[in-house]
Amino acid sequence: MNTQPPSEQHLLRRCAGALAIAVGLLLIGWLLAAPADAAPRHGVPGHGVTVSIACSSTGMDQVACREGAEAWARQSGNRVNIVSTPSSATARLALYQQFLAARAPDIDVFTIDVVWPGLLGRYLIDLGAYVDAARRAEYEPALMRNDTVDGRLVALPWFADAGVLFYRQDLLDKYHLKPPDDWAALSADAAAIQRGERAAGNARFWGYVWQGRAYEGLTCNALEWIGSFGGGSIIAADGKVDVDNPRAIAALHMARGWVGTITPPGVLNYSEEEARGVFQAGNAAFMRNWPYAWALAQGQDSAIRGKVGVAALPAGPGGRHSAVLGGWQLAVSKFSAHPKQAAALVLYLTSRAEQKRRAIAYTFNPTMPSLFDDPEVLAAAPFLGRLRPVFADAVARPSAVVKTRYNEVSAAIWTRVHAVLTGEATAAGEMRALSLELRRIGHGGRW
Amino acid sequence: MVGGLARSQRRWAVVFLLPMLLALGGAAGWPLLRTAMLSLTDAGLSTEGARFVGLENYLSYGPDPAAYDAGLGGYYVLDVARDADLVWRPGSDSYFNADTGQPAPAPAENTLFAWRGVLTQPAWWRAVGVTLGLAVASVLLETVLGVAMALFLARPMRGRALLRASVLVPWAIPTVVGAQLWNWMLNDQYGVLNAALIGLGLIPRGIAWTAEPGLSLLAILVADVWKTTPFIALLALAALHLVPEAVREAARVDGVGCWGMLRHITLPLIAPAVLVAVMFRAIDALRLFDLVFVMTGNSPNTATMSIYARQQMVDFQRLGFGSAASMVLVAIVALVAAVLLTLGRRRGAVL
Repeated sequence: MNTQPPSEQHLLRRCAGALAIAVGLLLIGWLLAAPADAAPRHGVPGHGVTVSIACSSTGMDQVACREGAEAWARQSGNRVNIVSTPSSATARLALYQQFLAARAPDIDVFTIDVVWPGLLGRYLIDLGAYVDAARRAEYEPALMRNDTVDGRLVALPWFADAGVLFYRQDLLDKYHLKPPDDWAALSADAAAIQRGERAAGNARFWGYVWQGRAYEGLTCNALEWIGSFGGGSIIAADGKVDVDNPRAIAALHMARGWVGTITPPGVLNYSEEEARGVFQAGNAAFMRNWPYAWALAQGQDSAIRGKVGVAALPAGPGGRHSAVLGGWQLAVSKFSAHPKQAAALVLYLTSRAEQKRRAIAYTFNPTMPSLFDDPEVLAAAPFLGRLRPVFADAVARPSAVVKTRYNEVSAAIWTRVHAVLTGEATAAGEMRALSLELRRIGHGGRW
Repeated sequence: MVGGLARSQRRWAVVFLLPMLLALGGAAGWPLLRTAMLSLTDAGLSTEGARFVGLENYLSYGPDPAAYDAGLGGYYVLDVARDADLVWRPGSDSYFNADTGQPAPAPAENTLFAWRGVLTQPAWWRAVGVTLGLAVASVLLETVLGVAMALFLARPMRGRALLRASVLVPWAIPTVVGAQLWNWMLNDQYGVLNAALIGLGLIPRGIAWTAEPGLSLLAILVADVWKTTPFIALLALAALHLVPEAVREAARVDGVGCWGMLRHITLPLIAPAVLVAVMFRAIDALRLFDLVFVMTGNSPNTATMSIYARQQMVDFQRLGFGSAASMVLVAIVALVAAVLLTLGRRRGAVL
């Protein structure tokens, strides 16, 4: 070790140099990061507040959410902060629950799934005081009932959803087929098109893609299969568990048969966006998805632009169609520092004008029935009109019956169904086990 | 006055160490203590208040608390054989039909009384198996690859600095980003690996690497080894530079060959440093979370101990139960670290 004074001084000088560089880098980083934060603060008069809204990131959700929220900010003189959340509904719910359990005021407005009002209701403010009777009457009554928990209006319906079948019109024409009306026809058509397209050189072509990952989306898919076979809705309206029946087992057996034949084995890890990725790249003939996929399939950069059709999901052997009701609601957190402004943002985003804009630009399905008759909406998204009966008949998931236990119930459903799809277990065995498990969770239907 | 000086120095040492001890206590001690405390309660993520339940979350025997139904005034029991809903009332210690309230025979299969807690959960032990298997395989592979890489990088050659820097890239990339990269490369439809295999005519169509139960664990192992090999390589490389040239020179003069040099000179001399790296990595591998979470989510085929604990705490809101799982995880990590430390000491390593 050299301990002579000059060297030590030299060392000090070098340390100081390094420190200066570090401080400089920090300053540059701060300056780079600052404008994004600071700019809106200068742009708006002092009285406005910042409202944070948690938007979804599936498809065009976030873009549409940002446009709407920023329009409100300009109009009201407030500011908005867009918080992006995971695309998977299951992951998003986990995130929300952490925020709310910690009583965090960071997010004012939450985008919540149609099955969550019962689960999150006690963390959300009653919007009843902000919505007058005329406005209330504009929304679909079933959705308003769904968003009312113990007499409190905890959310306002933003857009409705139902599972639909997307098909490639050009391929159906090429193979002289019609959109399939039942699952048997879909299986046969998908196999035929897949055979033909692979023979024509597209080795990665598949017949039918859907959502098979172990998450909320699989519960929706399974409810649709079972419902179309007449196998009930897993948990009946009176709370009784009804899933260990031959029709439900037959429905799952059918879905298991798709995996590896007309459906890629990778579907076991697909959520909405992975399925859309395959379909929109032109590598699948049919897809089960929510209506949001329409606007993207028709986008400028889509490989299948102008070649897509939408229909009700195929029927089971009894001729019954079944689509699960989905959709998203806007709610205001109890821990929000600006509930008044947050409620104003919710009212703006769920207003008739904004819903119309979103329906035309992105085919988000409105929650106000009157918009289905609007000529401009029907011209932009003709299928909204055609699928109106599908939306009207869509079946709700059992969230209203099982209330706060919904998470547990849905996890039990998707875990069992996933085990059937991977071939680790039989449909009969898993449906028996699921029935017993759900009866134990619900104390024999006493939810 | 040497004693006085030493005392004064010791006093000052305490003063200087205090901020570090406080920071350590705040950053590591307090959360650990809180987790330990939570693991003794039935706390839920969104339920108010928590009850002290002792070691119930770890291991206990008795009726399932989740089966308690205030409306029924007892514990709900499903009699599978007779397909009947029963209620067991602790006071009377007998079964009643939940619908009619009439006394009912005890179910043939006793499902109410059982061993409970995280230590009785097959899913937990499956996660333990997955984690241990992954950790052993990953650490073994990356040690062999990392040391080989270091030996190669230690040789003087052109562009060595650039090569060394590029080797570090996987370690420098945040795990979440790296995991997503692997997800895309392994994608069954547009992944580059499947494209290459199809192009070579080895497989007819894409394999779902991250979805198929048998393959997903392998996919995670490959991604983990890819990410952590540079860490071992870096530490081994640093150790290689400390091997005195004189020793190697002497060996060479004595006519030791290439293989002999590696076996008897180089490897024993870098072993202590590599062992430190192995220990760090082993502890790290036992906590594996982000890579698995991004690549396969909560799939039970690849769920590690951390994935299991998070799922219980966040997805199922069972804060107490999940904390118990976390504490068992801490105990397992501590055990492994202790074993490795002892092994290291016995081998004379500087640990």
